[in-house]
Amino acid sequence: MLLRRGLLTAGLLALTSMLLLAPSAALEPGSIGGQMTDEAGAPIAGVEFLITGPNELEAETQSDAAGNWAFKIESAGQYFVTINSESLPSGVGLTEPDKVTRSIVVFKLETAPPPVRFLTGPGPERTSNLDRAMQLTLDGLILGVTIGLAAVGLSLIFGTTGLTNFAHGELLTLGGMVTYFFNKLGLHLIPAALLALVFAVVVGGFLQDRYLWKPLRRRGTGLIAMLVVSIGLGLFIRYLFLYVFGGSKQQYLQYSGQAGWQIGPLSLTPKATIGILIGIGLIGLTIAWLLKSQMGKASRAVADNPSLAAASGIDVERVIMMVWILGAFLAGYGGIMMGLNQGVQFIMGSDVLLLIFAAVTLGGLGTAYGAIIGSLIVGLFIQLSTLFIPTELKYVGALVVLIVILLVRPQGIMGRRERVG
Amino acid sequence: MQEHKLTPKKEAAVAALASIAAIPGVKKPDPIVIADNVVRKFGGLTAVDVEHLEIQRGAITALIGPNGAGKTTFFNLLTGFDKPNSGNWTFNGIPLAGVAPHKVARLGMVRTFQLTKALFRLSVMDNMRLGAKNQIGEGILRALLPFTWKKEELQNTQRATELLSRFKLETKADDFAAALSGGQRKLLEMARALMVNPELVMLDEPMAGVNPALTQSLLGHIKDLREQGMTVLFVEHDMDMVRDISDWVIVMAQGKIVAEGPPESVMSDPAVIDAYLGAHHDQPLDQEEE
Amino acid sequence: MDWTFIFQQAISAGIGVNAIIFALAAIGLNMHFGYTGLLNFGQAGFLAVGAYTVAVLVVNFDVSIWLAFLAGIGSAVVLALLLGIPTLRLRADYLAIVTIATAEIIRQVARSVSLREYFGGSDGITGKFGKDFFDLNPFPNGLSLAFLRYTPNDLWVVVVGWALVVIFVFLTFLIMRSPWGRVIKAIREDEEAVRSLGKNVYFYKMQSLILGGVVGAFAGFVYAISRQSVQPDNYSTALTFFAYAVLILGGAARVLGPVAGSIIFWFLLVFVEQVLRQAVANDLIPNWLMTPNQVGQVRFMLVGLGLMLLMIYRPQGIFGDKKELALDARA
Repeated sequence: MLLRRGLLTAGLLALTSMLLLAPSAALEPGSIGGQMTDEAGAPIAGVEFLITGPNELEAETQSDAAGNWAFKIESAGQYFVTINSESLPSGVGLTEPDKVTRSIVVFKLETAPPPVRFLTGPGPERTSNLDRAMQLTLDGLILGVTIGLAAVGLSLIFGTTGLTNFAHGELLTLGGMVTYFFNKLGLHLIPAALLALVFAVVVGGFLQDRYLWKPLRRRGTGLIAMLVVSIGLGLFIRYLFLYVFGGSKQQYLQYSGQAGWQIGPLSLTPKATIGILIGIGLIGLTIAWLLKSQMGKASRAVADNPSLAAASGIDVERVIMMVWILGAFLAGYGGIMMGLNQGVQFIMGSDVLLLIFAAVTLGGLGTAYGAIIGSLIVGLFIQLSTLFIPTELKYVGALVVLIVILLVRPQGIMGRRERVG
Repeated sequence: MQEHKLTPKKEAAVAALASIAAIPGVKKPDPIVIADNVVRKFGGLTAVDVEHLEIQRGAITALIGPNGAGKTTFFNLLTGFDKPNSGNWTFNGIPLAGVAPHKVARLGMVRTFQLTKALFRLSVMDNMRLGAKNQIGEGILRALLPFTWKKEELQNTQRATELLSRFKLETKADDFAAALSGGQRKLLEMARALMVNPELVMLDEPMAGVNPALTQSLLGHIKDLREQGMTVLFVEHDMDMVRDISDWVIVMAQGKIVAEGPPESVMSDPAVIDAYLGAHHDQPLDQEEE
Repeated sequence: MDWTFIFQQAISAGIGVNAIIFALAAIGLNMHFGYTGLLNFGQAGFLAVGAYTVAVLVVNFDVSIWLAFLAGIGSAVVLALLLGIPTLRLRADYLAIVTIATAEIIRQVARSVSLREYFGGSDGITGKFGKDFFDLNPFPNGLSLAFLRYTPNDLWVVVVGWALVVIFVFLTFLIMRSPWGRVIKAIREDEEAVRSLGKNVYFYKMQSLILGGVVGAFAGFVYAISRQSVQPDNYSTALTFFAYAVLILGGAARVLGPVAGSIIFWFLLVFVEQVLRQAVANDLIPNWLMTPNQVGQVRFMLVGLGLMLLMIYRPQGIFGDKKELALDARA
């Protein structure tokens, strides 16, 4: 059994080396080794290897000026060679950066084993930082617009009602999930998305405000109590989605495996492009609405001073209702866009909730423009930070920056300075 | 009216201020507060711009002016609740610019608020006890050892009971502060401020929202403070309220001191009438709010 | 339906380790939210810091567990300072956002691959790091009383855990009826009024944050010791939200609120779960409506719904009286 697997490995290795037809220095019997060359075949010196094997063998060696490296072995058996990819010169990377370890089985000391090959070339590490930065900027903009769609609503709701809505992420999920639901029923994605938007507006906006928050405001429920209510609501809805749709990530039936466009160093899918353009358009319309329309102006008046707004004849409740509907619409669209780019899942909204908060806080609580600027900064920062920190910690970086900004500029970058402390 | 009865302290305060010219920023014989060039801007708007101001010790000084004149903002600045863009001021000769509000209070300059800040879910008695300064049991470790602070607590309770009975709140001692009427909350807040043993009591619109019956009693309490040797500075936008009880009146308009002097002369000052009429044309001078 | 079994399970949960952990976490939150009015949404972070400090020091650095406990308390104090210094001067919601963000940072750093050698990545740290603690166990035979069965180690953890709960409840009782407690409660009502009376509000809020955070770290100790492992995803924001549910159920700003809340919370949670499980197993609930896998999800839904309804209809907790409710509405 073991022998067969060994043979197979050896055979595969032999096959690989044959296929590559790369010239390599003949190995002496009783040693394992190989030759390191770059894409063009030029030798690479100083590459480090770690060899482990029978009898707790653990040794290091490195390639010489001709790119050759070899290690004398004392016994037959299975050996593992691990390349230290950090020791490769800059601009050279492994074609398979994940596979740094190879296994070699030596049956007899007398026969020379096939050379151990690590292919170098335009691996991911070859991409220049500038190219990566450009791609990440693009990704950051997409993320920023997605966050921004939710952040505007959160910020407007906070501004007009004082509610810190911990269930706002669920509005994103609502958009994405309901789209998926109609899509799965057989509707094409586009009508499904439109239906989902109607659903988001009616259920997530109108009904939510009419039958939950408005009565609570009537009762004079405190802001902190409402905040806790929103936490409960968020928890409930999140697990309701899990209950109904299951826990795994789902893709829409159309456009899921779309091929990307390659523009210079940038790659971008058409769906993401259209998605982000519509998103930018919606944000633009929202700003225009806030600036120009009667209702938009009223909403800003309510945010500035609700009692004064009420006294001057503005129907505060109607304004708040509009803000909820708008907020649910924008967040619902954000969720659809997220689903399009990365699939839908019950926690998709709550996963980005903190980023939305970060964006809103960064921009200054309660200001819609601040929320948009804050979102773009958060999105860009998250993506670009991966140039310097591990990808898995990118959200951590954003949250740390949020805290630092609060430390130096508590009113947010766009917020008016108000009396604090 | 009993308000016109002269008490020894009233006489002293009036006498001390009698020889002073009634011009803005005039020097006082015995100032407790001296402020210089205190400026506070909100955005482009200058809310407070006081060049020079002195508050006479042992007197009741009223700070009046139309709505939006910057009275409360000036109050907030003096007591450290807001920070000015520039300016200096002293209390008993101690510079106070940049001093935190709680430290200002500890120095003996204690304020109340326009919107009463009764601590709703504390009993009236606890509201009072809270005012006592430097309590042993307010340290986190000694709080756990009741025998270290029990005696002091009894003394504070006694003092609080006396004050409460003076303000006719003794029957409410065990109620939540939230159960008091609006006027009673004003009284409680004033009594609580006295627990700090202040030298200067700063009252922000003490009469606002108080029914007329209680107003007389409030005015009486304010005069009492002077009799006990305290200095009083209070904000009011209704000129009639201040006539009887104040020894000196300072008028603010658009952030500046536009006039000051004894009540009678200030009331007839054209600059003052201008300031008021300029702010609300629709409101006759002697019309009461509400 | 095996009702005996259902009740046995529910009662065991009501007095078990989870009830202890959440009682402690909620005692800390009570100090923050109930008494001081601080919106700490990062209590999970304090538990994580306590648990991880002990696990990392004992397993990776061979430190004595007693020293590790001390270090855990120290870490909680440092975390409280880090959270408090930038935010306690700001509006209440800033603290909420910063604490929830920090708790997430802690969790994500703990589960990161880059720091795997210290924190064990998403698997966390497993190992016999409670040996010194279990060596002191005076119950060599465990307990077998009616349906309650505890191994010696479990019994020791539960006994020490409840002892900790009693100690912290007593400390809360003592400190909240002192002048210090009066200042704290006054801050919850109105900070500015307290400032105007000469109290350093910032200082008191910081003390409260530290105190409640340290109790949270103790909850983390119990979590780590009882499981003999720490796992990053146990310390997610859901933990904090559950602790809030516990606190509000039992009644915020009540000395015994967190304890009563935790016992009832876990009793109900397991009761509902067992009833549903059996109902699903016995086809009382058809499979298209609920599968055994979905029972756990329904549980979470009920917690969320419960938190909402409590906050709307009984914000003073299930034991609170109407009088306080009237006050709440005005505040």
